Amino acid sequence: MRFLLRRMGFYLFTAWAAITLNFFIPRLLPGDPVQSLINKYHGRLSTDAIDSLRVLFGLNTHTTVWQDYLTYWGNLLHGDFGISFTYFPTPVAEVMVQSLPWTLMLVGISTILGFVLGTLAGVGLGWRRGTWLDSLLPVANFFSAIPYFWLGLIAIAIFGVALPIFPASGGYDGGLLPSFSLEFIGSAIYHAALPALTIVLSSVAGWILGMRNMMVTVSSEDYVTVAQAKGLPERRVMFGYAARNAVLPSISGFALSLGFIVGGTLVTEMVFSYPGIGYVLFQAIGSKDYPLMQGVFLIITLSVLVANMVADFAYAFLDPRTRQEA
Amino acid sequence: MTLTTEVGRSAVSASHRQPVLSIRNLSVDYGYDNNAVHALHDVSLTLHAGEVLGLAGESGCGKSTLAYAATRLLPPPGVVTGGEVLFTSSRDGHGGDLLTMTDAQLRAQRWKDTAIVFQGSMNSLNPVYTIGRQLMDGITAHSPRGFREQARVRALELLEMVGIPKDRLGSYPHQLSGGMRQRVMIAMALALEPEVVIMDEPTTALDVVMQRQIVEQIMSLKNELGFSVIFITHDVSLLLELADRIAIMYAGKIVEDASADEVYRMPRHPYTAGLLHSFPPLHGPRRELGGIPGFPPDLMKLPTGCNFHPRCAHAFEACSVIEPPLGPTSFESAEPFRSVACLLHDPTVNPGPVPVELSVRPLLVRPPSKETV
Ligand SMILES: Nc1ncnc2c1ncn2[C@@H]1O[C@H](COP(=O)(O)OP(=O)(O)OP(=O)(O)O)[C@@H](O)[C@H]1O
Ligand SMILES: [Mg+2]
Repeated sequence: MRFLLRRMGFYLFTAWAAITLNFFIPRLLPGDPVQSLINKYHGRLSTDAIDSLRVLFGLNTHTTVWQDYLTYWGNLLHGDFGISFTYFPTPVAEVMVQSLPWTLMLVGISTILGFVLGTLAGVGLGWRRGTWLDSLLPVANFFSAIPYFWLGLIAIAIFGVALPIFPASGGYDGGLLPSFSLEFIGSAIYHAALPALTIVLSSVAGWILGMRNMMVTVSSEDYVTVAQAKGLPERRVMFGYAARNAVLPSISGFALSLGFIVGGTLVTEMVFSYPGIGYVLFQAIGSKDYPLMQGVFLIITLSVLVANMVADFAYAFLDPRTRQEA
Repeated sequence: MTLTTEVGRSAVSASHRQPVLSIRNLSVDYGYDNNAVHALHDVSLTLHAGEVLGLAGESGCGKSTLAYAATRLLPPPGVVTGGEVLFTSSRDGHGGDLLTMTDAQLRAQRWKDTAIVFQGSMNSLNPVYTIGRQLMDGITAHSPRGFREQARVRALELLEMVGIPKDRLGSYPHQLSGGMRQRVMIAMALALEPEVVIMDEPTTALDVVMQRQIVEQIMSLKNELGFSVIFITHDVSLLLELADRIAIMYAGKIVEDASADEVYRMPRHPYTAGLLHSFPPLHGPRRELGGIPGFPPDLMKLPTGCNFHPRCAHAFEACSVIEPPLGPTSFESAEPFRSVACLLHDPTVNPGPVPVELSVRPLLVRPPSKETV
């Protein structure tokens, strides 16, 4: 319990530091970015937006940095990240609330799927090492070596263009309005299939290889032999003794990849023009939409933090030895 | 110590020589084809009911290999290339060849009939489960469904038996000392009251005081519960004290098999004599410490004939040609229960008398009981 509280304290501190950094970074940009933005938008920015920009970049001469900082926190706590230029006049918070679920669904589910499938396959391959199953390893090696964007483009070229089984881009059928109707959900799943497949395919091989090697190592541990000697059912030995210990090193890797769901989704969503947060970030960068960028970066930072926290707690839950040391 | 072993020894008499585990012509290779290391060569060994059989030999002679092979737990690339391991219950006569049983039969047999405590038991416990859970899963795997509560009670009983406080049931292995972990392993091995317990250097990683305590505990548990033990160690002096019978291994073969005091007073194999001279005697007059010149042979390049002949002070021409089988000693009729693999004892080969130190006369004809010690 004390361990958990200490870790919580650590993460709260890190979150505070990250948020504070997020406040200062725009202030460090040279020149007067606001003026150049006003020029770029040819006066289409409202006075409201210009004011919030001045606050954002610290060019608001009437207030001190300290006051700005407090305002920044106040706004954050109210979920107010300012107004996006790209999607003017939609507030940044709303843009993110609309795009985040797409990313979480697509990348989240396929990341978890890749981990679960890869780990299970690795358990099997490691347990039956030395059989014909070992000949599958080069295949896994090949897939783990392919760069993701290339895999995505090939997938589009084959299944989206040459054999148009799946749509090549978008998150749902253009003729539909987002809703919870069966038709819309079906269309969303259909559009997500190809990107999800590429994500699973590119991540699964790494999990397979890592897990298989750990299984081989752990299988020769004395406690696994003891479990065999006890006459436990084979499944119990394989999962309860071998896999249970072999999975530990994978846990932190998995948590990190969960943290990268938001940050790492950029390529996927660019390749598939998918309406998630990565695509939003891509557009925000293209049009120097600072408020939007700041919002997305904050989400990315926080999601990495949360993932690390989950990893820590999962580790403490799964490995009694870490509970004591910390 | 001495007291408990005396009680244990007197339990063994000729009428009791009922085999529970008999290993016959067991051969084991590590690796395949021509690169194979012949770790065990035609090993035969019988453990009788209620007996403590000591297995001694230098490091690398194949003691652990024998333990693993006899329980069919040999890790790859180990392969059993021949032989059988017959278990026969002294309680109800069930049993069979462990090496040819189906997996299901083997699983049912394991732990219930033969249990094993591994060398270096420090890593024998799963680090992520409590010791209670590990004590209990072996019990429940061999019990009818819904046996959890009884298993818990039994686990507590076992802990108490080896002198570990009951509240340790929920401890993880890393929270226990080395000695406690060792005791947990011993308790675990006894969970289902097996008839045969194989202990591969159960005390090697511990300090001398702890070693004593644990060995004493094993012996008193043995007397209480009546299981038979194969006790593996390279410490011959320990075996002289606690074993009923001792088998000496050299380079993957048994070279001598005799009762403990026969081994001590009248070794028949030059290697046994060498081993006895490489440590100070515990009791009786001091002897000159000798040791054995040279090193154990490389199993990949075994010498021709007798494996021991390059290091043997009594070797003669035939030793480098003929491989001595494990057979009767030169006092065959006077000591029917012992055997030795040495050409000196083979009248058809040996030209002269057996050297004095290997031919101490047996006192009287008798079964290998210890009352006369
Ligand atoms: N996996 C393996 N591959 C090849 N050779 C092996 C393997 N395992 C053991 N051996 C060889 O088999 C022989 C017997 O090993 P084993 O572990 O049975 O010896 P031991 O008598 O138990 O020794 P110790 O007293 O040190 O425990 C050794 O010479 C060793 O080199
Ligand atoms: Mg050994």
